[in-house]
Amino acid sequence: MNQSEIRNPKSEINPYRRTFLGRSLSGIGTAALASLLSPQLLRAAAAGNGAAGHALVRPPKWTGVVNPLHYAPKAKRVIHLCMAGGPSHLETLDHKPKLAEMDGQPMPESYTKGQPIAQLQGKALKCFAPQHPFKKFGQSGQEISTALPNIGEVADEICIIRSMRTTQINHDPAHTVMNTGTSIPGRPSMGSWMLYGLGAETEELPGYVVLTSAGGGQAQPIASRQWASGFLPSRFQGVEFHSAGDPVHYVSSPGGVTMDQQRGLVDAVTSLNRIGNDVYDDPEIATRIAQYELAFRMQSSVPELMDISNETKETLEMYGTKGADGSFAYNCLLARRLAERGVRFIQLYHRGWDHHGGIKNGILQTAKFVDQGTAALIKDLKQRGLLEDTLVIWGGEFGRTPMAQGNGRDHHIKGFSAFVAGAGVKGGISHGATDELGYNAVEEVTEVHDLHATMLYLLGIDHKKLTYKFQGRDFRLTDVHGNVVHDILA
Amino acid sequence: MLTNRCNHGLGLLLMAAAINVPFFGAPSRAAEPQVAKPLPKHISFNRDIRPILSDKCYKCHGPDKGERKAKLRFDIEAEAKRDLGGYSAINPGKPDDSELVARILTKDTEDLMPPPKSEKVLDAYEKRLLTEWIRQGAEWEAHWAYIPPKRMAAPPVSNKTWVRNPIDSFVLASLDRHDLRPSPEADRVTLIRRLSFDLIGLPPTPEQVDAFVADKSPDAYEKLVDRLLASPHFGERLAAPWLDLVRYADTVGYHGDQNVADSPYRDYVINAFNANMPFDQFTRENLAGDLIENATLWQKVAAGYNRLGMMSAEGGVQPKEYLAKYAAERVRNVSTVWMGATMGCCECHDHKFDPYSTKDFYSMASFFAGIKEQGIYGGSNFGPFMDVPSFEQEAEMKKLDGAIAKLNEALKNPTPEEFAAMAKWEDAMRKAAAGGGVHDFAWFTERKTPDGQKNGDFKYVDDKKHPVREGATVSRRQQGNDIVQHFVINAKDTIKLAAGNTLYAWVYLDPKNPPKTVMLQFNLNGSWEHRAFWGEDKISFGGIGAVDQAQHHRVGDLPNTGAWVKLEATLEQVGLKPGDAINGMAFTQFDGLAYWSDAGAVQSGTGLGADEEAILNVAAGDRDEAQRNKLFDAFRRTGDYKDPRRADLAKLEAERDKLNKSTRKMIETIAVAPREMRVLPRGNWMSDDGEIVTPHVPHFLPQIKVEGDRRATRMDLANWLVSRDNPMTARVFVNRLWAMYFGAGIAKNLDDLGSQGEPPVHPELLDWLAVEFMDRGWDIKHMIKLMVTSSTYRQSSLAPTHLREVDPYNRLLARQSRFRLDAELVRDNALAISGLLVDKIGGDSAKPYQPAGYYRHLNFPKREYQPDRGEGLYRRGVYTHWQRQFLHPMLKAFDAPSRDECAVDRPRSNTPLAALVLLNDPTFVEAARVFSEHALREGGKDDASRLTWMYRHVLSREPEARETQVLEKLLADNRANYTADKDAAKKLVSTGEWPTPNDLDVSEHAAWTTVARAILNMHESITRN
Repeated sequence: MNQSEIRNPKSEINPYRRTFLGRSLSGIGTAALASLLSPQLLRAAAAGNGAAGHALVRPPKWTGVVNPLHYAPKAKRVIHLCMAGGPSHLETLDHKPKLAEMDGQPMPESYTKGQPIAQLQGKALKCFAPQHPFKKFGQSGQEISTALPNIGEVADEICIIRSMRTTQINHDPAHTVMNTGTSIPGRPSMGSWMLYGLGAETEELPGYVVLTSAGGGQAQPIASRQWASGFLPSRFQGVEFHSAGDPVHYVSSPGGVTMDQQRGLVDAVTSLNRIGNDVYDDPEIATRIAQYELAFRMQSSVPELMDISNETKETLEMYGTKGADGSFAYNCLLARRLAERGVRFIQLYHRGWDHHGGIKNGILQTAKFVDQGTAALIKDLKQRGLLEDTLVIWGGEFGRTPMAQGNGRDHHIKGFSAFVAGAGVKGGISHGATDELGYNAVEEVTEVHDLHATMLYLLGIDHKKLTYKFQGRDFRLTDVHGNVVHDILA
Repeated sequence: MLTNRCNHGLGLLLMAAAINVPFFGAPSRAAEPQVAKPLPKHISFNRDIRPILSDKCYKCHGPDKGERKAKLRFDIEAEAKRDLGGYSAINPGKPDDSELVARILTKDTEDLMPPPKSEKVLDAYEKRLLTEWIRQGAEWEAHWAYIPPKRMAAPPVSNKTWVRNPIDSFVLASLDRHDLRPSPEADRVTLIRRLSFDLIGLPPTPEQVDAFVADKSPDAYEKLVDRLLASPHFGERLAAPWLDLVRYADTVGYHGDQNVADSPYRDYVINAFNANMPFDQFTRENLAGDLIENATLWQKVAAGYNRLGMMSAEGGVQPKEYLAKYAAERVRNVSTVWMGATMGCCECHDHKFDPYSTKDFYSMASFFAGIKEQGIYGGSNFGPFMDVPSFEQEAEMKKLDGAIAKLNEALKNPTPEEFAAMAKWEDAMRKAAAGGGVHDFAWFTERKTPDGQKNGDFKYVDDKKHPVREGATVSRRQQGNDIVQHFVINAKDTIKLAAGNTLYAWVYLDPKNPPKTVMLQFNLNGSWEHRAFWGEDKISFGGIGAVDQAQHHRVGDLPNTGAWVKLEATLEQVGLKPGDAINGMAFTQFDGLAYWSDAGAVQSGTGLGADEEAILNVAAGDRDEAQRNKLFDAFRRTGDYKDPRRADLAKLEAERDKLNKSTRKMIETIAVAPREMRVLPRGNWMSDDGEIVTPHVPHFLPQIKVEGDRRATRMDLANWLVSRDNPMTARVFVNRLWAMYFGAGIAKNLDDLGSQGEPPVHPELLDWLAVEFMDRGWDIKHMIKLMVTSSTYRQSSLAPTHLREVDPYNRLLARQSRFRLDAELVRDNALAISGLLVDKIGGDSAKPYQPAGYYRHLNFPKREYQPDRGEGLYRRGVYTHWQRQFLHPMLKAFDAPSRDECAVDRPRSNTPLAALVLLNDPTFVEAARVFSEHALREGGKDDASRLTWMYRHVLSREPEARETQVLEKLLADNRANYTADKDAAKKLVSTGEWPTPNDLDVSEHAAWTTVARAILNMHESITRN
């Protein structure tokens, strides 16, 4: 057979390569085009200038659709410590002496009538005293449970929000609300919105990284839809790093292939693609070339990130980790390393807060996994000057009932606590309050959308302006809600 | 001339930009153009004006009455033009006298529309369009998608010879208008690759390419299309996008993401497409196959569509809330799949852009209110389930059923041995009737249990490996931890107890692993409080450590193990008395392994009825036929003769049983009395205040007509969707087909034909196709053939610079589009090239290699992914196990959706994660090493011929000299590496489960594997041109 005709490009093809939007980029706002398409870069990538045969080809860097920013940013990145399972606010951040007084008595019906309820459906509802004493910590004298002594030590750095509220009473949809602002699957998670809006500082690592750990209590499942990009292009999805096997899927070369050989392979693919581009003259090819280069670099940068041999003994002790043990503490250390390397959104899930029973001991068990690492991360970020422009968010998908479920507590959505720290946030304060039994958020009610709006504000984004058109509608993280919580801003 | 051309070019570029404004959003952030865009000569309401009104005005002046400001709406012509008290918003022909124009042009921010705080801004072009449209007379058009499509005559064109069918006329007429010419036809190699990927999703073999290139007959192309449309792989190819639409998956999606059994639905879709089932029938079977009279198994399978949505088994789920979630998701799905409508918005409020109301939303939901389902599912029971045997299994079942029926028939006639046994039995009975002797009344025997409700697995085992009682052929094996039990209750034939009776059961305790306790329980009038046990007090029924009484009586120690033992209890021990009629018996053990056999009562007397006893005393020769039969029945009922033919029957029945258990299960859609459906105010599921609704289609569309006051059904809905009056379904479907073969829909937004969707670029063509589809009896293959045989389809995908400038998104189709293969096809392509692909249609979902530990976040239950062994590793991507919460990373990296919800249009990303998959995923490395093995064996003797062989298999062409150079260097480098390090070479060529050849030079094989990896990683290898 003869060579295909397609190998003989028609003369009508102008050697001057215009940028052209492949379908992979479809759906990106027109304003984004300008920032996305850097003709010089694309041409350089496709033509392969550079001596070594593997020139430093970079894909057109995604610099975000919010460009310039709407506000002067306070935060450059966010670390979300997701306490999955729903920590009891009543044993951690929200002190309710009145509830102790009413221990064992029926929960007044005025609170519970007509309210959504999970596993306590049809059961007698009785008050259940807080199972751990609270103490004033730091100069600010913030009241925090004695179950969290290390977090107590950073009391002056954190702003406790005691008036959180959400809409979903079961784990899976409640996480979906916390991440995407709605319980309907298919919307982008907050990390994806951030990448879409801002891009990331790093090009060698994914801009949105997820790490997970478990321990201390029932580990509820967690779905990868929590870090999915929904209807945003998939390049904005969160990438999960694994503590076992390859830290990132397929980041290791196949068995029997050295890094040099892999380099040679990628170079060969690049050369073949460049030759192909002479025929097809297609910017998708330039992007492909660049992504292969990036993939290869991830094969080194990911192991480098995960290699903590250069961390001091003191650092490891501060976090309370011995090394790559997949613990929350280790993940906190990785979170700092990811922050240093320019990752935009870092999300740590600790699955272990679902204390339906045995909450007294359960809280202590889970706190043992979480308390020290959390405090160490805040201290470490501070001592390295990173806390100034890093926003740390700590909290679960919901809280727990003031009512007993045996000797535990059920899911609760009408009032719970979270804390934020770092960039642009006042330390040593608390915001909002629940009623005297810790049931309803009553002062300065803070919805999940408000938290999102505030987070975006600190990043320099007006949450009402970061939108994406899907099914004919401009969607945003805060849907049609969200108010920036100005009271907590420094 | 040149100037002219440039001008045209610029105009078109701007027009293309204008076309894209509504879809690409955020025009306010775009830089204002340097040159004022020329307005179209005739401004079309649907093309130019409605998108602006919809996007910028409808939020406050549209269909949603809850949000409407100043009682003014622009979605209805009369309202928009009505007298507002001496003036009107739109005064046709008089822009200067139209409030709308004044408000959009004013500098006063108080009066400006849209108001600044809405974040909506009109750009200068849009303002000019609106003004000019009013000047031209403000001509209104109904929204195009809500008017039934009409077949227009194909327009005249500049070049008739280019026109192969009416598609080309419409496309060429539009190109003529834009002063563009079609691209030349692609070369034959490109064409066969394009057709193969598009129609069957697999690359052509070199032989197929050669044959097509060499075929000089005038119908060569058509023959190729026909061959591909007739391929069984056609259905697989077309199924994948359909499965995205109907969110077909292998797991429930919520919380524990447990497995569900629905793979027969996937096979139904594949088979329906292969058989070219008309789309109207397909629609009816999907939505309401179960409601068809005498529905076939596969019609019921099709109706499984109704149960494909996500489900939850999370403890603490409020059933009412989740029933509301499931109902809402169904409306989103059916309205997107068939109507291209975004009805999801109406769960909480009237649609802001389209005329759908909240009531429409819940009225649509009520079509599905009669589907049997639960808000929360216990355990892993997401049923009801039905058995779905394969065609082979169905045939086998028929065969077995026949044999069983034949044997049962034969068993009616006793053998001489049985007659002899009966004679003996008659003697014993006569004696017993006379007051002497005792006999066992066997209620349970090896071959029968009392006719009642069975519980427990009643696992029968034969004497090959297991102990069975003398003379018997099977026993019941019962093993487990903690309490294990099987029993029968509500038996029709009871044991009537008489004085002096004892109750018994034969048991064999495994000597190595005996139970700690065995227990017999008897049911009297619904109460199980009659228990006798042997061994430790471990079984909690009746209370551990309770005082010794009838509901908890310890008879004695555990009997000897390793032998058949008859357990016996007196009536008194278990609190029964003469005259009681036992209607249930339970066999319980704690831990260990036991075999159970006959059980019942040791009776004195005959246990027969008085009439039966009377026959005993009639001499055998004097009995009439009725008497003979009656006595024989009594013998069969109470005697313990074991006909050897029963063993054959048991074997057949066991086989039948095994077959039953091995069939695929599937969630069955069952219609029950419909739940009450109310409008939920703001979507609040806790509210019971909303209006009660019944099944109705959206109010502004032609309505379903039912006779009398009958409630409309899913079948009515299906019929309505595929009726000629329905303006959407046919358009939606052909538009999606078009996108598959041309890269984008004629109306770009495949999921939104509403006013926020981009209007069709070729509206007459879309309508022509929709009408053709309906006129041709919803013939899918006919439509595909029309599309792929058109000249439009056959164009080259090379995009000359001027075309990219004037039509960057290829909406005008002066060329073909070019895109990366879909996720499943990326996999299929590599497997097909390597020869690993398993050529089998349908079956259980397949589990290819997947990184270990990927499911560690799943719980209830915890799971460790076990990849298949053998053929499951090499099946097409459409069969891959679809774990909603953790979709296979390869599929995910190439943009396959999780299928939580309807997914209409996959993005085509180009990311480093996808590069890592192709470089390092063992599936692709294994494909490369098996492919290179073939190249070494079949690709000739020297490097050059092997390279050519590889290129022809992967890319259907020969390598260029420059390419050969690159690959020869790679080969040389790797030869050196792998000659020096044979262990490494061995490792590489052992990737995956496929046997590693031991007759090849391992270094050579590894070096060529690297070359194969390079070629399989090329952009060209995963691109459809």
